[in-house]
Amino acid sequence: MNFEQWNGFVDGEWRHIIDVRDFIQRNYTPYHGDDAFLKGATERTKNLTKKFYDLCEEEKKNGGVLDIDTEHVSSLCSYAPGYLDKENELIVGVQTDAPLKRGVHPFGGIRMAREACKAYGYELSQKVEDYFKYRTTHNDGVFRIYTDEMRAARHCALLTGLPDAYGRGRIIGDYRRVALYGIDALIEKKKEDKRLLGLENATADSMNLLEELYKQIEFLGLMKEMAKMYGFDISRPAQNAKEAIQWTYFGYLAANKEQNGAAMSFGRTSTFFDIYIERDIKAGILTEEEAQELIDDLVLKLRMCRHLRTPDYNELFGGDPMWITESVGGMGEDNRTLVTKTSFRMLNTLRTLGPAPEPNLTVLWSYRLPEAFKKFCAKLSIETDAIQYENDDLMRNDYGDDYAIACCVSAMKVGKQMQFFGARTNLAKLLLLTLNGGVDNVFGTKVGPQMEVMNDEVLDFDKVMERFRVYLSWLCRLYVNTMNTIHFMHDKYAYERTQLALHNTDVERLMAFGIAGLSVIADSLSAIKYAKVSPIRDEETGLIVDFKVEGDFPKFGNDDDRVDLIAQNLIRDTITELRKTPTYRNAIHTLSVLTITSNVVYGKKTGATPDGRKKGEPFAPGANPMHNREVNGALASLNSVAKLSYCDARDGISNTFSIVPEALGNSMDDRAENLVSILNGYFLNNAHHINVNVLNRETLLKAYEHPEDYPNLTIRVSGYAVNFCKLSKEQQKEVIMRTFHEAV
Amino acid sequence: MTGRIHSFQSLGTADGPGVRAVVFMQGCPLRCACCHNPDTWDFNGGKEATPEEIFLKIKRLKNYFGESGGVTVSGGEPLMQPEFIKELFTLCKNDGITTAIDTSGCVLNDDIKNILKLTDTVLLDYKYITNELYKTKVGCEKTKVDEFLEYLNSQNIDTWIRQVIIKDLNNNESSVSALKELREKYSCIKKIELLPFKKLCIEKYEKLKLQFPLEDTPETTKQEIENLTEYLK
Repeated sequence: MNFEQWNGFVDGEWRHIIDVRDFIQRNYTPYHGDDAFLKGATERTKNLTKKFYDLCEEEKKNGGVLDIDTEHVSSLCSYAPGYLDKENELIVGVQTDAPLKRGVHPFGGIRMAREACKAYGYELSQKVEDYFKYRTTHNDGVFRIYTDEMRAARHCALLTGLPDAYGRGRIIGDYRRVALYGIDALIEKKKEDKRLLGLENATADSMNLLEELYKQIEFLGLMKEMAKMYGFDISRPAQNAKEAIQWTYFGYLAANKEQNGAAMSFGRTSTFFDIYIERDIKAGILTEEEAQELIDDLVLKLRMCRHLRTPDYNELFGGDPMWITESVGGMGEDNRTLVTKTSFRMLNTLRTLGPAPEPNLTVLWSYRLPEAFKKFCAKLSIETDAIQYENDDLMRNDYGDDYAIACCVSAMKVGKQMQFFGARTNLAKLLLLTLNGGVDNVFGTKVGPQMEVMNDEVLDFDKVMERFRVYLSWLCRLYVNTMNTIHFMHDKYAYERTQLALHNTDVERLMAFGIAGLSVIADSLSAIKYAKVSPIRDEETGLIVDFKVEGDFPKFGNDDDRVDLIAQNLIRDTITELRKTPTYRNAIHTLSVLTITSNVVYGKKTGATPDGRKKGEPFAPGANPMHNREVNGALASLNSVAKLSYCDARDGISNTFSIVPEALGNSMDDRAENLVSILNGYFLNNAHHINVNVLNRETLLKAYEHPEDYPNLTIRVSGYAVNFCKLSKEQQKEVIMRTFHEAV
Repeated sequence: MTGRIHSFQSLGTADGPGVRAVVFMQGCPLRCACCHNPDTWDFNGGKEATPEEIFLKIKRLKNYFGESGGVTVSGGEPLMQPEFIKELFTLCKNDGITTAIDTSGCVLNDDIKNILKLTDTVLLDYKYITNELYKTKVGCEKTKVDEFLEYLNSQNIDTWIRQVIIKDLNNNESSVSALKELREKYSCIKKIELLPFKKLCIEKYEKLKLQFPLEDTPETTKQEIENLTEYLK
């Protein structure tokens, strides 16, 4: 391939095959300096930002949704072009014909689309309803073949948050390909793949893939049409920084118009953009101020993305998140840092546009990152509470140096791997199910192997574990089969044509399972082992509904191996059991310890546990220790989480860390330096992920009482950032209850 | 051999350079009016632990310390348990972990001199500039603290002078200027920290059924500290 738009780029493999990583490696300029070169927001940017915030204000007044287009089924060319401010926008494109107006996506499930409209006072048009009378949705498909056991496990919330009624998400198209190669070259490549596949025997698998390729090619064509509506010809490669950003964004926009995936992540674009920006700056056609404006405008577009959700959904995933995760930084396989000036520019949007939850800025941390960059990140974290950090040194082993994070903690090689999102199972509930011999003590559901309720006066650790393993084994098989069902149907009825067109045809698939309630079950088992736990039975049903705990026991979060190893082993046992059941399309089994904000709902649906947690009380989020059980301070707490092995939980281990500013030191400089030390130490200990919040509980209490005074208060919750005031009151209370590490 | 430990804090950023583990030792001979840890006074309180046990806890945190951080022993008065500190610090130094002591500097003997050989930084609570205040508000002679500082200087041990600023006792220019003179006199002094008097400890006093001597004294504000810091320049 050869294009005039590539003038000045260093030649390589990337010219002959689709290989964005190779292009980056040969052309990027690592940056070791500090943030002094950065420019602030221009008047233009400030005006645009204000327009955006005014719309957000209106959206809030309208009950959380500004407007819904109920007439069309969202797709790449369903809507006329929309603008925030046509004259002044540098990067264009919104999901419908107006900013913040939401489209409907019934392919995941028509009921969910209908209910979501209703929840905000709209009615799905008859036209759309009629059309879907004769179409099978993903949701229809799944429920046609769900077994009774799957339904029961789902009903009693043993398996929860399953993507069986909406887009599964967690797929990152390599949107950079649109900019580097242009659509026509991508279509040619896919046509060639299709031709070659056609030479093989026609098996069910090959024919399935052939049809998928047909759809991919069709949607690449539609992407071109969509861009044309905005006045751009993306059939050819981008020729400057502005086009590179615009083309890439068009790829992302097309994906968002087609899919309402739970997490629609953006990828790893900053250093890719930097190559174009550097080239333009050298050529004298772009200034630093203009470069920042381009990034600002892109980020503003990302902040305008919205999907229509139901209230049920919001209860699980609070704050209207999109998980437009952009991964920044990291190290290359050749030991050069992947930090560039545009890594700084991307993070600088937290200042130019103000703090906000989206895009979900994720710094890929290595202790070898340039010191100035580390300190810049730490300062921004302290200022904004909007950044999460993930261990690049761990992930690079498994995913190379061109992976990105989907959603919160899910790493995947960009354009080469995709994920089947698997929500999570509630392990604390499974323990109660074990004790009660296959009856859920909250819903009364009979599920799993049926046995006697355990009749011991005092619970015996070995006996409990022996029985627990039986239930874990049963659950894991059911869980894999449920996932297989969901993803078979998603591929069949809601295939991500746009996003997968921006992947290699021979994409590698990961199936990401998850667990919730880790610290609850670890502490519960520790209590059974080290203290005296006597079950209390309900007189009528005979079920164990509460526990009397006498004596003390080690608690997760204190760097105490006695309980930390229990937690570690639970993860290992779970992934080992999961691997025993084959997955749909031979996906690789992975596991996460992540809850999003659903730890509140999981807690609500789970009975009292042997660790002393009362019925209905929230779990800790992700892999966090239970609130206020940490007595040895912040680092001991971090160490407990760091012990959980990433090898066993390759889909990520989420930890949300809140600390008061004073506990980090006196001056801003000290605080930033100490935070850098803490992050270095945590990740050197092989931890995977951390959300950093530097704030006082009092601030949250004030925001809880007077949300109107804190319209932009951003905090990290569990793998994402959220506008605090957009959380439900229940979720807010849970966040306030959490441990805030204090000065000693 | 065991020591008496009040508590262990894995993250301290207020007691010495960088990120530090802080070991609070149990027992103190002084009764400073402004003490915020009355629960560390009793020599029979706390829990017993061996230097090895505590060292292992510290070692687990080594990756967080970076170039500047390490361990600080505080209290109580850590120098009242010299054998324990000596062993703990020997273990730490052998493992490349830097050490600091937070002390009132009211005792100095050969055992303590041996510990100071293993100490990278001393946080010296130089509470007042007059002997009278030392006698009435601390319960020891100021000359002892001066001797201690003199010794630190002779051994060239990095020293941070720390003083809690309390209304009507030392919140004045002459008191702070005296600290500045101290710094000019002793080259071992690398830093002077003026700390605001706070009353968060009242709960602890109530729990122990003790009278907090400064109950009616107002807390010192950040602004006051900033103003007084000017006199150090």
